[in-house]
Formats: sequence, structure tokens, C-alpha cells
Amino acid sequence: MTVSAELELQSFVLLRLGERRFAVPANQIAELVAPSRVFKFPHRTAQIEGVILRRGRIVPVCDVAESLTGRKVTSRRLYLLAVRHYGAQTEWVALPVTGECELINAEMTVAAESDAPHVAGWLSHAGDVIEVLNIDAITPGPGEMRAEGEATVAVEARL
Amino acid sequence: MRVAAPAKTSPARTEQIIVFRICGELFAVSSASVQEVRSTDSFSGSSTEISAPGLRKVRHVVRRGDRSLFIVSGALHFDLPPSPGTLVFVLRKTRTALLVDGIEKMTAMSRLQALPKSFCHEERQWYRGLTAIDQTVIPVVHPESFLSAEELSLLDAFMPPPAGRDVENTEGTVSDS
Repeated sequence: MTVSAELELQSFVLLRLGERRFAVPANQIAELVAPSRVFKFPHRTAQIEGVILRRGRIVPVCDVAESLTGRKVTSRRLYLLAVRHYGAQTEWVALPVTGECELINAEMTVAAESDAPHVAGWLSHAGDVIEVLNIDAITPGPGEMRAEGEATVAVEARL
Repeated sequence: MRVAAPAKTSPARTEQIIVFRICGELFAVSSASVQEVRSTDSFSGSSTEISAPGLRKVRHVVRRGDRSLFIVSGALHFDLPPSPGTLVFVLRKTRTALLVDGIEKMTAMSRLQALPKSFCHEERQWYRGLTAIDQTVIPVVHPESFLSAEELSLLDAFMPPPAGRDVENTEGTVSDS
């Protein structure tokens, strides 16, 4: 392997959601934690199922499996605490995953414009082509609210 | 030789809260924002029915002098199954009385964590933040959030005409401590 090729390699965490595997850049992962009690309370952000307590922090639990695989995670084994960016600020978000996670080094192909917004790129590993997730796009945030508001305005304008 | 001054330990700032239940869900509200707690029975004789289109959560209003107090069903406000409610919290500096199922406890919170930004819908108006009490996470409600200015205007427009017998005599009943 040449020095230039080594420089292209990045660390990724491979996670499993049902039958499918996805990747997240390792620098966006805070930790992997055992399942803990999910505290639920009324709210209207559909993707958020509740919050967990971790090291004194209250972390929202976002089940991304349904939007990625069409099925919710039922046999939950672990929570991957990912770093979600909100402008200059960051917050943890807990992603339920169904299997052991794996740390790999791989070269990422950056996503094309035609790829879905949640795809940051692609990598090849053990014969599979794996989506690299864009955590900011796949988890809800103020942008979602703005986008919904804009959509409403657009619909009203058409009416 | 100078002796180092002993380190000052400032007492942790806490806020008194009331933890209450609606349809089995726990919520908290600052004690300072609750003017009085009444049983629904004590309101039954003085309340008037009101029906504003699109505002199912308000079914009754209580007149107090020249002021109207709208009784908001906490269950319907939070999209929970309808619940008759047994207690009413009259919220200070608002025109809202909140119908709840019961008080769980009165306690103090030492830390209020902002609602994570992943929560990005109406809950951002509903809650001041989240607190952990006895290893349980509880949302702390915004007393002003139960009725928006638009909802108050709508309710005012649909107020039933005043009737002498419906005006609550509040003398001696308001604990404005």
C-alpha cells in the first residue's frame, strides 16, 4: 500500500440494523452502550422514541432503522451514541442497533448528487457495498421543522 | 504567613417543582408558577361550558371578576387519551387552569437540561426542558404554553354571555402566596 493510499483510509464503525449493515465515520461516534431504560413522554417528533440517561446526560433515542430498512428495531442489543451537529453545536443521539459493531479502516467514495440525503458515501468491505450514513441528515433537527414549514408555505402558495 | 481562605461552597441552586400525572405520564411544573391547586369538584359549580372550533382541549371557563380562566385538559393538550382529571392547577400570570389526574410529589430539581434539539416540533413550546428525579427523566412544562395568543383570542370570541350565577366568588379562595 502506498503512502497516498493510506492517507485515504478512514475509520468507520459498522453497525447492523436487521439484515443490513451501515457505516458511520468513527469520529462521529461517542460510544457504544448497553441497552438501558428508555424514558418516554409526549412529543410530536415521530423519529424520537424517548430518551436515555447516560453519564448524567439526557440523550434522545432515534430509531433510524425504520427509515433505512422499513422495519423498526425489535431485538435491540446496543445503543450507538453518535454525534449530531446543529450548526456549531453538537449533541449526542442514541441509535438503536441490533448487532455487534465493528471498527474498520476503509476508503470512502463520496456520495453523488443522485444519492439519498442520508447517504454520506459508500465503502466496500468484505464483498459488500455499504452506505455511510450522514447522521445530520438521518436524525431530526430544527432543519426538519424549517423544511416542513417551507413545504407548508409552498402548498399554501400553490392554493 | 498568610492562611489560605477556606474554599467557599455555594449551595446548589434548586427549584421547587410539582410532579404531576396525566394519563399515567409524569410531568413537572415549577411550584412558583402554580397559584393554587383545586379539586375539579370545587370548580364544577362555577364553570361554564365553552366550545371553540378546533380547540377540543378547552371545554370549560371560570369567570373571576372581569377575568376568564380557561380550563385546559392536559390529556388533550399532550395528545393523550381523554381523562376526566381530578385536580386543577391555576397557573400564575396566565389565563390557564390545567386539568391533571393527580400530584405525584413535590420536590426540588437541581438541574434542568435543555430539550435535545432532536425534538423539533410542538414539544419545544410545551417544555422548558428535562430533569432527572430519582433516576427518572421528567419533562418540565412551560406554564405559558398551554394556550397560545391565537387560541386565547379564539376562546374570547366564543365566550358564552356572562351570567351572574356563573361568576365565581373568589374571595378567600385564592392563595396568592
